[in-house]
Amino acid sequence: MQTEFRLPALGADMDAGTVVEWRVAPGDHCRRGDVVAVVETDKGAIDVEIFIDGVVRELLVPIGTRVPVGTALALLETEAAVPAAEAMPAPSRPPAGAGTGQRALISPAARKRALELHVDATSLRGTGPEGAITVADVERAAAPPQPAHEVAPTGPSPDESSPAVAGEVATGMRAAIAGAMSRSKREIPHYYLATTVDVTPATDWLAAHNAAVPVTERLLFAVLLVRAVALACRDHAGFSGFYRDGRFEQSPVVHVGVAVALRGGGLVAPAIMDATGRPLAALMNDFRDLVARARAGRLRASELAAPTVILTSLGEAHVETVLPIIQPPQVAIVGAGAVVERPWVIDGKVVPRRVLTLSLGADHRVTDGRLGAHFLARVAALLAEPAQL
Amino acid sequence: MDREQLARRILELLTTIAPDVEAESVIPGIAFRDQFDFDSMDTLNFAIALHREFGVDVPETDYSNLASIDRCVAYLADRLT
Repeated sequence: MQTEFRLPALGADMDAGTVVEWRVAPGDHCRRGDVVAVVETDKGAIDVEIFIDGVVRELLVPIGTRVPVGTALALLETEAAVPAAEAMPAPSRPPAGAGTGQRALISPAARKRALELHVDATSLRGTGPEGAITVADVERAAAPPQPAHEVAPTGPSPDESSPAVAGEVATGMRAAIAGAMSRSKREIPHYYLATTVDVTPATDWLAAHNAAVPVTERLLFAVLLVRAVALACRDHAGFSGFYRDGRFEQSPVVHVGVAVALRGGGLVAPAIMDATGRPLAALMNDFRDLVARARAGRLRASELAAPTVILTSLGEAHVETVLPIIQPPQVAIVGAGAVVERPWVIDGKVVPRRVLTLSLGADHRVTDGRLGAHFLARVAALLAEPAQL
Repeated sequence: MDREQLARRILELLTTIAPDVEAESVIPGIAFRDQFDFDSMDTLNFAIALHREFGVDVPETDYSNLASIDRCVAYLADRLT
């Protein structure tokens, strides 16, 4: 059967991209996970993978063309009958039956917006998770049509296009971040918690580990934080997953997005996949690779869409407390400030200890402060036993 | 390798691990983190690059010696002789 391969959604803050390179041609066989196109976005150039096996029949979008998320990029001939939704990255499978009905999924906010703008939502192709119709889809449908080609007909070569003018990229990314955070603050009833924890055991363990291994096998403190957050998410429901269509879906696997600051401004939060189930060394390798590719502008689409929870660490910027904002459709974000030496009372004596302020921004539609407090306490307890991480 | 060559090679390694940093803009006497948000990941990658290039394993407790081109040259010149 014939299947459309569409530009996948890449998180809350990206709604369009420019195809700058095709990695396949008509007649090529491609397998699930292959990178088939490079798309320039507000978050840099993204390698877009395919999520089905098949043979490329036709490329529908020429190089240099800017298209909205959800646009069919290519036609594929697939052997088995694969539901169209399979073409979208689905980091967490919905429960059986969800999203498979004939009725188009549409968020309550999108339905309301469609009424306001007199848009027939049933005629729309959704670009949200599981093909759900989003507010952006509705607004796009209501907007006057865009010219199909916004870029010069010659089209940029991949090598020329990547290092775009820094100011332009930052402006585009700033607008994308602003859009996502506005949506977050508008839609998510946040609550915030913070607690300062003694991380001396973790920093001591790390220093000893790093002194004992070759430089190539050293770990960063952030990796211990990633693991502790992931394990706490596994142990406490309501912090790792997606809120969509009026309900929360807990993700069975914890993919921790790590906020990576880009020099010159902006940030991205690609995922360290399955952060509970793999050794710390593997998480460290992924972290190193993600930071390098985030800064070179070569992340994969699946990495940007996958995070089920985010860790933002601002310790290197010398702040002690972060009050983090959730990135929808996630429901929680953990912040970590700088590790600082402070007077601390242990057994009635004041002693110098290295402490860290952990914070949580979480979604009142899913959890409340008491559950959030248990969650943060679990993160702290995990950090107190670093050898168990 | 004299100090000038060493400085040049160190700068090359720096821009290899941080390709978004322009070599011409790096000021040798100023700490990387004060010039372009050099973070702990950069420092670790820099230490790994120095190890691969010069065979010098810089312990974490010596990371402050990698803070700028000038400090790095002084530190490595000592370690390499």
